[in-house]
Amino acid sequence: MSPVIEVRNLRKTYGAGDTAVHALRGLDLTVEKGEYIAIMGASGSGKSTLLNILGCLDVPSSGKYLLDGIDTGEFDEEQLSLLRNRKIGFVFQSFNLVPRTTALANVELPLVYAGVRRAQRRERALAALDLVGLKERTHHRPNELSGGQQQRVAIARALVTSPAIVLADEPTGNLDTESSREVLGILDRLNASGRTVVLITHEDEVAAHAMRTVRVVDGSVQTGGVAGVLV
Amino acid sequence: MRLFEIAAFAVRGLTANKMRSGLTTLGILIGVASVILLIAVGNGASSAVQQSIAGLGTNILTISPQRAQPGSTVKPLTTADAAALVGPDSPDVKYASPVVSAQATAGYGTTSYAISQFIGSDPRYFDTTNSAVAQGNLFSDNDVQQARKVVVIGATVATQLFPGTDPVGKSMLVNNIPFTVIGVLAAKGSSGLQDADDMAVAPLTTTQNALTGYGSLSQIVVQARSADALPNAQAQVTTILNGRHKVTQTADYRILSQDQLLTARTATTETFTVLLASVAAISLLVGGIGITNIMLVTVTERIREIGIRKAVGAPRSSILGQFLIEATLLSLFGGFLGVAAGVIGSRFTIAGIQPVLVPSSVLLAFAVSALIGLFFGSYPASRAAKLRPIEALRHE
Ligand SMILES: Nc1ncnc2c1ncn2[C@@H]1O[C@H](COP(=O)(O)OP(=O)(O)OP(=O)(O)O)[C@@H](O)[C@H]1O
Ligand SMILES: [Mg+2]
Repeated sequence: MSPVIEVRNLRKTYGAGDTAVHALRGLDLTVEKGEYIAIMGASGSGKSTLLNILGCLDVPSSGKYLLDGIDTGEFDEEQLSLLRNRKIGFVFQSFNLVPRTTALANVELPLVYAGVRRAQRRERALAALDLVGLKERTHHRPNELSGGQQQRVAIARALVTSPAIVLADEPTGNLDTESSREVLGILDRLNASGRTVVLITHEDEVAAHAMRTVRVVDGSVQTGGVAGVLV
Repeated sequence: MRLFEIAAFAVRGLTANKMRSGLTTLGILIGVASVILLIAVGNGASSAVQQSIAGLGTNILTISPQRAQPGSTVKPLTTADAAALVGPDSPDVKYASPVVSAQATAGYGTTSYAISQFIGSDPRYFDTTNSAVAQGNLFSDNDVQQARKVVVIGATVATQLFPGTDPVGKSMLVNNIPFTVIGVLAAKGSSGLQDADDMAVAPLTTTQNALTGYGSLSQIVVQARSADALPNAQAQVTTILNGRHKVTQTADYRILSQDQLLTARTATTETFTVLLASVAAISLLVGGIGITNIMLVTVTERIREIGIRKAVGAPRSSILGQFLIEATLLSLFGGFLGVAAGVIGSRFTIAGIQPVLVPSSVLLAFAVSALIGLFFGSYPASRAAKLRPIEALRHE
């Protein structure tokens, strides 16, 4: 069985000439189906750049990214949007909910673009909100929710399409301990139900939830990844 | 994904920020309405001038003194000239009214008012100028002979000097000389740039005594027996006046028929209309820039939202569709309101002018604003939709 994520010699350069920033310098990474991976590394080492490429939100300057064994470099914009919609759930550090739109409508959003019918859409969105413990807040707008609640809505949105992979860029970075614990609990349960989870974090306690920690140093993976079940 | 869902996003996008949608609509509304209204006012002014001249009747000749040319002398037009124009030598002339006019300050009680035209003439003047009396009476030939200090005032003078009271029978001071108001003329409305009701008429003799002195008349207004007799009447009047003024080469007076007057005035109002049209063009431009501006701000503010939608898998076409529908709704709604405001506004008199709608201007204003709104509402959105999701999300 092929790995769900396979990255070969990935490079990403921002800008050109003297001011060019080499965010990724020939990075290799393999993630098997059902794995739970924490990506760690110093600020500016290229973690977010990597995760954005894995989420098909950005494209690499060179190198290969195989998703479920298929080379994403051959996909056009239309197919990429389909991938983002069906296969990937992305959770941002800054939540990125559509403003002035209820939690329910935010969670329904990917389903609308997937063409799911109204009644079923509602049912699935409510189920996702229930899963993150926000059944009582379905009609609140983002500005009426706490940071932790907003992040849980964002996670509900990421998992509502039942994606194979959930990617999370510092999902607890803006949250207090209690909210962090809730969010990590949800991610743990997602992984337990068979989803592949990749998250970025700066905190060892968060990384402890993962099966494996990948350390990114200067745009490539430090070899000899530590098994991080207990730190 | 169905069109219906995209349209629902568009409507939700508009209602989610009512303030922003409202302001955009308002911008388009003002742009459209001001263009329609300005053009209607220009058009109204010129048609009012034409109507007021047409109202004079087609059988009128106006004789006015010519300015002195070098090497020729100018004889004033006199009451005797006017009297000589009616007689057996001029069978086609019905009346000839001598007219003097001046500006005068009128006072009643503590109010005073500058009347822009104080006219002295005879009773025929009312007939030739189609002036009807609304209250009281006109003066008679007897009043002219006796030089009685009576005056008939226009509607504007009546409202300015006698608000809430009946002017008839009151004594009004004209340049400190008391005149008895014996009648008020029916309102004629404004004739373009000048208020036709801002006037008063007194007997010729009285006016000369009190205001103008016995110099040249301002005009002699000749009424021919019929419109068909006008050319004959003009020839007879010319012969008589040439004889009396001993004209050899160039006449020292000028005869204008109503046709000529119309041509002259039309030229003036055309200039006015061109002026207003350029103001309208500028306001269309300014309105357009306003619409452009608010549409650009609206879309720029929402590039992050476009990024979020793309991140959860929105295809480019659905984002384009959403913003296109939003821009269309705003532009059409604002455009319709603007047309409504323009049409309603043109029912009111503006600066003394009754605007007359020009249908093509309604269409033009609507089309230009709607297209600008559509273009600037959807073009930046289409550019944003082409960005990679992460670029759109990072947009400041
Ligand atoms: N859009 C961009 N344009 C130019 N340079 C960029 C851009 N995005 C990231 N970079 C640069 O690429 C490098 C890696 O950035 P990245 O965001 O991946 O770091 P990170 O590991 O996520 O850091 P942090 O832990 O602080 O979030 C940094 O030096 C950053 O300045
Ligand atoms: Mg980062």
